[in-house]
Amino acid sequence: MLTNTKDIEQVMKVVGTSPLRPDGVPKVTGQAQYGADYSLPGMLWAKVLRSPHAHARILSVDTSKAAALPGVKGIILGSDFPDHPFDYVGPERVAQNYWHMTRNIMAREKALFEGHAIAAVAATTSAIAAEAVSLIEVKYEVLQHCIDVEDAMKPDAPLLFEDMITRGVEPAPSKPSNISKRLEFSVGDIAAGFASADEVVEMSFKTAAVHQGYIEPHSCLARYGADGQCELWSASQGHFVVRAYTAKLVGMEIGNLLVHPAEIGGGFGGKTVVYVEPMAVLLSRKTGHPVKIMMSREDVFKSTGPTSGSSMTVKIGVKKDGTIVAAEGLFKFQAGAFPGSPVMNATMCAFAPYIIPNVKSVGFDVVSNRPKSAAYRAPGSPISAFAVESVLDILAKKIGMDPLKLRLKNAVKAGSPTAWGPKHSHDGYAETIQALLDHPQYNKPLGKNQGRGVASGFWFNGGGESTASVHINEDGTVVIATGSMDVGGSRASMALMAAETLGVPYESVRSTVADTASIGYNHVTGGSRVTYATGIAVVEACNKVIEDLRLRASLMWDTDIKNVVWSDGYAKPVDKSVGNFEPLSLKAIAGKRAVTGGPIGYEASTNAGGQAPGFSTQFVDVEVDPETGAVKILQFVAAQDVGRAIHRDYCAGQIVGGVVQGIGWALNEEYIYDSKGRLSNAGFLDYRIPVASDLPMIEAVLVEVPNPSHPFGVKGVGEANIVPPMAAIANAIENAIGRRMTELPMSPPRVLAAIDAG
Amino acid sequence: MSKHHVTTVINGDPVEFLCQPNVSLLDVLRDELNMTGTKEGCGTGDCGACSVTLDGRLVCSCLVLGVEAQGKSIQTIEGMANGETLHVLQRKFLEHAALQCGICTPGFLIAARSLLERNNNPTEEEVRFWLAGNLCRCTGYNNIITAVLEAAREMRGA
Amino acid sequence: MMEMRFETPKTAEAASALIAATPGLSKIFSGGTDLMVHMRSGNIKPDLVLDIKSIAEMNVIAVENGGYRVGAAVNCMQLLENTAFATTWPGVIDGANLVGSIQVRGRATLGGNLCNASPGADTVPAMIAAGAIASIVGPNGRRDVPVEQIPAGPGKTSLAKGELIVSFFLPKRAPHSGDAYLRFTPRTEMDIAVVGVGLSLTLDDKGVCTHARVSLGAVADRALLVPEAAAALIGTTVDAAALAKLAAAASAAARPIDDKRGTKEFRIKVAGVLARRAAEKALSRAKGKN
Repeated sequence: MLTNTKDIEQVMKVVGTSPLRPDGVPKVTGQAQYGADYSLPGMLWAKVLRSPHAHARILSVDTSKAAALPGVKGIILGSDFPDHPFDYVGPERVAQNYWHMTRNIMAREKALFEGHAIAAVAATTSAIAAEAVSLIEVKYEVLQHCIDVEDAMKPDAPLLFEDMITRGVEPAPSKPSNISKRLEFSVGDIAAGFASADEVVEMSFKTAAVHQGYIEPHSCLARYGADGQCELWSASQGHFVVRAYTAKLVGMEIGNLLVHPAEIGGGFGGKTVVYVEPMAVLLSRKTGHPVKIMMSREDVFKSTGPTSGSSMTVKIGVKKDGTIVAAEGLFKFQAGAFPGSPVMNATMCAFAPYIIPNVKSVGFDVVSNRPKSAAYRAPGSPISAFAVESVLDILAKKIGMDPLKLRLKNAVKAGSPTAWGPKHSHDGYAETIQALLDHPQYNKPLGKNQGRGVASGFWFNGGGESTASVHINEDGTVVIATGSMDVGGSRASMALMAAETLGVPYESVRSTVADTASIGYNHVTGGSRVTYATGIAVVEACNKVIEDLRLRASLMWDTDIKNVVWSDGYAKPVDKSVGNFEPLSLKAIAGKRAVTGGPIGYEASTNAGGQAPGFSTQFVDVEVDPETGAVKILQFVAAQDVGRAIHRDYCAGQIVGGVVQGIGWALNEEYIYDSKGRLSNAGFLDYRIPVASDLPMIEAVLVEVPNPSHPFGVKGVGEANIVPPMAAIANAIENAIGRRMTELPMSPPRVLAAIDAG
Repeated sequence: MSKHHVTTVINGDPVEFLCQPNVSLLDVLRDELNMTGTKEGCGTGDCGACSVTLDGRLVCSCLVLGVEAQGKSIQTIEGMANGETLHVLQRKFLEHAALQCGICTPGFLIAARSLLERNNNPTEEEVRFWLAGNLCRCTGYNNIITAVLEAAREMRGA
Repeated sequence: MMEMRFETPKTAEAASALIAATPGLSKIFSGGTDLMVHMRSGNIKPDLVLDIKSIAEMNVIAVENGGYRVGAAVNCMQLLENTAFATTWPGVIDGANLVGSIQVRGRATLGGNLCNASPGADTVPAMIAAGAIASIVGPNGRRDVPVEQIPAGPGKTSLAKGELIVSFFLPKRAPHSGDAYLRFTPRTEMDIAVVGVGLSLTLDDKGVCTHARVSLGAVADRALLVPEAAAALIGTTVDAAALAKLAAAASAAARPIDDKRGTKEFRIKVAGVLARRAAEKALSRAKGKN
C-alpha cells in the first residue's frame, strides 16, 4: 500500500543531488565483474557453429570428427533442447512464442539468417573448442533469401515459414507469406479529416536496421550440478527474466536455476532476451563441468537482434492555423527471422504526442532472413517518429509556423485521447516544448550551410513487477537490495530514495543487486521502469521499516506507538507530553533490537502502475559540407520531462546517451548486406557508432513535472530521448541545404547525392 | 603448438606466464593471469576497451601478442590506483558521473592517463581526438570529457 | 590445430634467412594492427611470424644526406613525436595521425601500412607524394624501390618471398615546399579512408609551382601516383583555375569500386574535392616555410 505522496514541492535533502555511486570504485578499478569476468575450477570453454547462409535447409549435421578431438567434452544441437507448442503467450504488445524462441537460440529445420546458431561445443580450452567447431560438417540446401521488408512482402518472396498466415487480417489470407501480422489503430473518420485540411503532406521513408551497439558482448558462465541445481552468472538486463526463459528453454523448473547478476556492459534492450545462457546451461548439464560462453563482436552483430529496418508512409493534414486534423501512417517493419518486430509500438507511438481527431495507423510485422529483432531503447517509436516528425516539419513550413509552436498547439496533456484507447494520464509534453522555446540558443542565428531542426518523441514507459528489501544492520547502517540490474547508476538512485525516506545520510545506505534466490521477482531493467517501479518498492519497504522502528521505539519508551513519530532519521516523541525522551537513531534502535522483536528488515513487492510516459523535445544545429555531404553536429539541446531527477547527473546522462545513439542512427549506422544476405559490416570498424571527436557537448534540459503516483514524482527517463534525434537532424539538414532526406542513415554519399540532384 | 615462457613486468610487479605464440596479450591478461579489468569489446582494435600501456605506449592489448610482453613493462587498470588512493582520473570519473555501465571505463582511464602524462593542459578538442579510439555507447562522452579536463586541471594544480 | 612459430630476429638478413628456410607462410609482424585482425578472422594462418621490431636499422629516424631515413618499424606515434621530421613532412604526419586510433598509432608502422597493401592505407599517399624510396633486404641482397611500386593490389605487394622493407628514404626538401594528406571518412576518426589524397609541391621564389606529386588512395586497387594531376599544378601559381584542373584530373584518375564504405560516384567526386583541398593545405604550408 503506497503512502500518499507527500508534498512534492518540499525540499529534498538528498534526492536531486549527484553523489558517488556505490558500484563506482569497483568499476573504475577494474574489479567489477561483468559477464565474461567469471571463472570456476574445471571450467570448459564453449564456441558456437553458426550458419554461413542467410537461408538454408539443414539436411544433416555430423559432429563425429569434432567429438573425437581430444579436449572436447560435449556438443549440442537444436534437437537437444525440448520443443514447445506454437503459441503466442502474454499481452499482445510483448507476446512471446517459445516455438520461435527455441529456434532462435539454435536452429532446427532451417538456418534462417547468417549467424544462426547450429551447434555448440564445450572443450577444455577455447582454442580446442574453436577447432572442434571447424570440424563439424553441416550439409545445407541453400535457399533463396530476402532481407529488405518490401522484398519480403512481395508475393513471390522466398518464405521463411511455409505455413505463415498473416494474423490480424479478416478473412485470413489463403496463401502463406512472410507477413506475420497486420495491426491497425483508428479513430474518427480519416477521409473526412483529410478533406477538411488546408494542407496535406504525404511522404515515404526507409530506415535501415541498427544495432544497440553495447560494448560488452553477451557472456555467461553456467554450472549445472548432478542434483539438477544450476547456477548461472549472466550479464543481462534482468536475471529473473533470464531465469524464466532459460529454465523454459532448457526444460527445468525455475526454482532449480539460480541466476547471479553479473555487471552488465550495456544493453539498451538487447539484453532483455537470452542467447548464450540456454546453451551454456545445457552444455554444463551434458558435460558435468561449468561452461563459459562469450560471443565475439562479429557474433553479436550477426546473431543478436538489432532493431528493425522499415518502410513507411505518413500522411498528415493541418489547418492553416496549425491544428492537426488527420494523420495516417503505414509502417512495415522487418522482424528478422522470427516474428516480433516493435511495429505495434511504432504504430501506437507515432502520433501519440498530438491531439488528432482522425487517425489511422497500420503496421505490418514481416519476417526476413536476418537476426530476430530485439528491443532497442523505446523500440519502434524512434522509427515511426522519424517519419512523423519529418512530415510535421514540412507542414510547419507550408503554413509558415514555427515547428515548435506547431507541436505546442497540438500537444497532448492529461486527459487527451490516444489512438489506441486510453486517455493520456499526465502533463509534461508541452513543458518540454516550452523549455526549448525559452532556450537562449533556440533563436541564435546560423551561418552558411547550417540549419536548425526540431523534433519530439513519446515513449510509454513501464511499471511492472519489482521487489526490494531493506534491512537495518546492527550498527544502524542500512542495506537495501533489489533485483534490478544497474545499467547506469540505479544503485545510487535506490540509495537516494531510501536515504530520503528514512531520513539518513546517503553514505549510510549500502545499495545492492541481489540474485534470484535472495530477493523476490523483479522484471527487466528496461522500459524506463526501474527508478519508477523499483523505487516504489524501495520506498514501500522503507515505510514498513519505519513503522517497525516506531514500534521498537515505543517499546523502548514504554509508550503507545501513536506517540512516536519518525522524523529526519530519528524516532521522536510526538510532543513533550509523551515524556522527556531523546530522539532515537537507527543505531540506538538497532542496538536494542533483540529485546524489541529481533532483526529489523522488510521486503516489499509491487506491480507498479500509474507510470507516466516519456516526452522529449529536441533541437539540433548542423553544418553540411556541400562538397562531400558530411554532416557535423554543432549543437544539440534535448529537453525531457523526467518527473523528478533522483540522481541528477545519472538522469541527465540517460538523455545525453540516448541522443548520441540517435545521432549515430541518423548519420552513419546501418546493417549492410551483400547479395548473399551476409552482413558486410559485422564489426565496430564499419558499423559506425559515434566517437568522441564526432560530437560537441550535448545539452540535457531536465524538465520536472512530477508524477503523483510515485513517492518522489519520478517519470522514467531512459528511452524517450532516442525518439526525436533522427527527425531533428533530418529537419536541420533540410534547413541547412534545402534537401529533404527520407532514408536513414543520412550518410555522406546520400546527402551529397541529394545535393547534386538539385 | 608449444608455449613460450614469458617474463615481464605488469603494474610494476614481475610476472611469468606460458602462452602459445598466437594468443593475444588481452587473452593472456584475462584468461591466464585472471586480470579481468581489461575488457574485450571487439577483439579487433576498434573499440579501445582493451587499452593498456606497453613500455609507456598506449596500445590495444587485443592487437599485441602475449609473447611480445617478454622483457617489457605493461600497465593495466588494476595498477592505476595506489592501494586505497584512487588516481585523480578515477576520482574525477566518479565525481562527474563519467560512467554508466562502466565496461568502457578501464580503457578510457588508461587512455586518458596516457594523454595527461604527455599533455597536462589539453583542450576539449584534443581530449576528444585522443580518446576517439575508445568507444562509449552509454554516456555520449560528455561527462568523460569533463572528467578528463577536470583531472588535468587538478594535476596542473590550477 | 594451427601451428605457428614466433621468432624475433635481430637483423634483416636473419629475418630474410628465416623466411627462406620456412616452406609455409611467413608473415612479418611489425605493428601487428592488421596482421592480428587477419589472424583472428582466419584469413591468414601463418606458419612463421617474425617480430622485426628489434632490428636496429628498422627503428631509426635520422637525417641522411639532407633527407630523412625512417625505419620501417617506426610506429606512427614515434613519427608524430619527432618534431624535426614532423616539421619537414607535415603531410606524411597528416597520414600517420589518421591511422586508426591513438592505440593503433602506438603500434602501426609505415612498413606495415604499406605492405598490408590496403588501397585505403592512410600513410601511403603522402609517402608516394613525398617521393619516398623503400629500402629492401632480401635473399639477393639490397635494393631500393619507389614506394608507389610496392602495392600490387589489395593485400598484395611486389616484394619477392624473403624480402622485407627495412627503411624509407625521403629526399631532401627544397625551400618553399609543402605537403598534405587529406582523407574522407564518415566519422571524424577510426574509419578506413573512403578517399585519400597525398600531395606535395614546391614553389619557386615567385610562387610558381616547380614540382608536384599527387597520389590518390582508396579509389583503385592500390594507391595511385597521378602525374596528370601534378601537371595541372606545375608552372602555375596554384590558383583557382589550376586547382579546378587538378580536381578534374584527380576525379578522372579515380577508378573506384562500390563497397560498404562508399559508392563509385561518391569517391570520384570527392577525390576531386579533396585533391583541391589538399593542394590548398600544401600550398599554405609551402608559403609558410622559407
